[in-house]
Amino acid sequence: MAFFADLVVNGLMIGAMYALVALGFVLIYKATSVVNFAQGELVMFGGYVAAALVTLYHVPLVVSVPVLLAAMIALGFGVERGVLRPLVGQNVISVVMVTIGLAQVFQGLAAMVWGAQTINIPLPIRLDPYQIWEVYISPINLVAAVISGMFLVGFAYFFRRSRMGIAMRAVANDQQASMAVGINVRLVFALSWAIAGLAAGIGGVVWGNMLGVDTHLALVGLKVFPAVILGGLDSIPGAVVGGLLIGAIESAAAGYIDPYVGGGTKDFFPYVLMIVALMIRPYGFFGREIIERV
Amino acid sequence: MINRECGVYKTTYEGDMALYPVPLARYSALAALAVLLLLPVALDSHAMALVNLITLAAIGAIGLNILVGFTGQVSLGQGAFMMVGSYTAAILTARYDVPFWLGLPFAGAVTAVVGMFFGIPSLRIKGLYLAIATLAAQFIIEWVINHSPWISGGAQSTIYIPTPSLFGWAINTEFRRYYMILPVAAIAYVAALNLVRSRVGRAFIAVRDRDIAAELIGVDVFKYKLLAFGISSFYAGVAGALWTYYLKIANYEHFTLATSVQYLAMIIIGGLGSVLGSVFGAVFITLLPIVLVYVVEGGASLFGFQYAAIADFLANLRLIIFGTLIILFLAIEPEGLYRLWGNVRRYFRLWPFSY
Repeated sequence: MAFFADLVVNGLMIGAMYALVALGFVLIYKATSVVNFAQGELVMFGGYVAAALVTLYHVPLVVSVPVLLAAMIALGFGVERGVLRPLVGQNVISVVMVTIGLAQVFQGLAAMVWGAQTINIPLPIRLDPYQIWEVYISPINLVAAVISGMFLVGFAYFFRRSRMGIAMRAVANDQQASMAVGINVRLVFALSWAIAGLAAGIGGVVWGNMLGVDTHLALVGLKVFPAVILGGLDSIPGAVVGGLLIGAIESAAAGYIDPYVGGGTKDFFPYVLMIVALMIRPYGFFGREIIERV
Repeated sequence: MINRECGVYKTTYEGDMALYPVPLARYSALAALAVLLLLPVALDSHAMALVNLITLAAIGAIGLNILVGFTGQVSLGQGAFMMVGSYTAAILTARYDVPFWLGLPFAGAVTAVVGMFFGIPSLRIKGLYLAIATLAAQFIIEWVINHSPWISGGAQSTIYIPTPSLFGWAINTEFRRYYMILPVAAIAYVAALNLVRSRVGRAFIAVRDRDIAAELIGVDVFKYKLLAFGISSFYAGVAGALWTYYLKIANYEHFTLATSVQYLAMIIIGGLGSVLGSVFGAVFITLLPIVLVYVVEGGASLFGFQYAAIADFLANLRLIIFGTLIILFLAIEPEGLYRLWGNVRRYFRLWPFSY
């Protein structure tokens, strides 16, 4: 039982990270109906920028974090303006492929600028785990979960209360109608990319601290898909629930199945879950159900 | 090729249905075939290896284009399907002494079954959701093959096979391998051309253009989607099997997600919904890194760098240029190289009296 609890709790902590990355993904999909295959690369980019600032250039953390966030927001704006805007109205394959191309460019650029070796991000967080009952929790996981939680609550507030947040929800719902009532749709598009960049940047720092920063950091982007499918591709609470669920389930599955198959369960079990979800309930737990009989 | 249909009257049904109805087109197709057959005379074995790689890639790309370009079902699993074909061929040949010409269709058939299985979600989902589902296929197949010692041959998931041979001829040089690959590629090409203008091909296009309308005019959408998955995977399986016979090794590292992305890039850069475009794309994407190496090596030696010093740089530059090209192509010429080729053709159709 303690083993199970340990797996699930630590899985949930990782899941909070997935949720944060998935949030950016869902945001972009909702507002601009672009499936962003470069979300993982945004995370990687965030990690690299943080690692470069803190480790390579010895910038104090207090300065680094705002610089990082500003850089990620700028990156989000830049990507939307430079790459995605010319493709508005293109078919699904093209847009998917463009984000894949973007991912490749990021991978190449990051490795070219900062080298291929792993860089660590030292954060002033203690290493030995806390013990609660029989469950071990490492502080960085806890910090990650708390940061993710804060962001998720912040975003929820932003979408419910702020003028811009409501505008973004309107655009997600119906682009033409929101244009007609005077919402600046282009600004909303740009803003959703910027927010996705922001979320990815936070993810990059925490994730990079846990794993070390190299191009493999981008692999987290592939874990986003099971999370968002499970939760619903166009639902923000869905991204959170999906992320947490995938984190917990993959951790538990790895704990119980890995000894029999020699590892690697984490890389494949979420996708099995996703296929099952796609067959039974393609719109996920909270996604908008589009009924279409063909 | 360049069509000038002036003065060509189609007086019989056979004439109307011919693959190349215009004499000039027929001659130029024959000329192209002759050039392909005689290519080994002109090229050394180094260049031949490149031609072989391109031909192999073209088979896979044509297969993917049938699924993505003609039927409109986005697939990110082409690499995994090729992997299935590759391992099937390796197991058949290494353990059961099956000759390669039997191993190829068998590998194709096994892959077609696997592909159709992963095509089942297309019953309920389409577009982006399907792309994500095929992404899952990529990971699941990779994992299963890697973690089943019976399939992957245990250590490093690698199976070595003996040199394939035909009628006692060992296929052991680049030239002989070319004559092993070329007929398969030629059959694949002509079969695809004929498929897409048949009843089945028209059904595929109907499903792609508007699935609801297709259903209304009596096209069984699910059946044709599955069929597209099956045919496309058959091509992928044959391409994967040929890889195995070409390299005499089956290894999962040749067929990762990056491979799937590369094939998708081929058909997008070549032209979605065009068989010839897939070949253009295969040529382009296969040659790109090699040309890049030459250019950068030349540039580097000008400034006195050694190759070893720039190997990393080159790998990253390749990624950047690859990604940039995809983005540029989609932004500027979404219909790909085939469209550019079409523009040239259209220009010469009435040349020199264009008005």
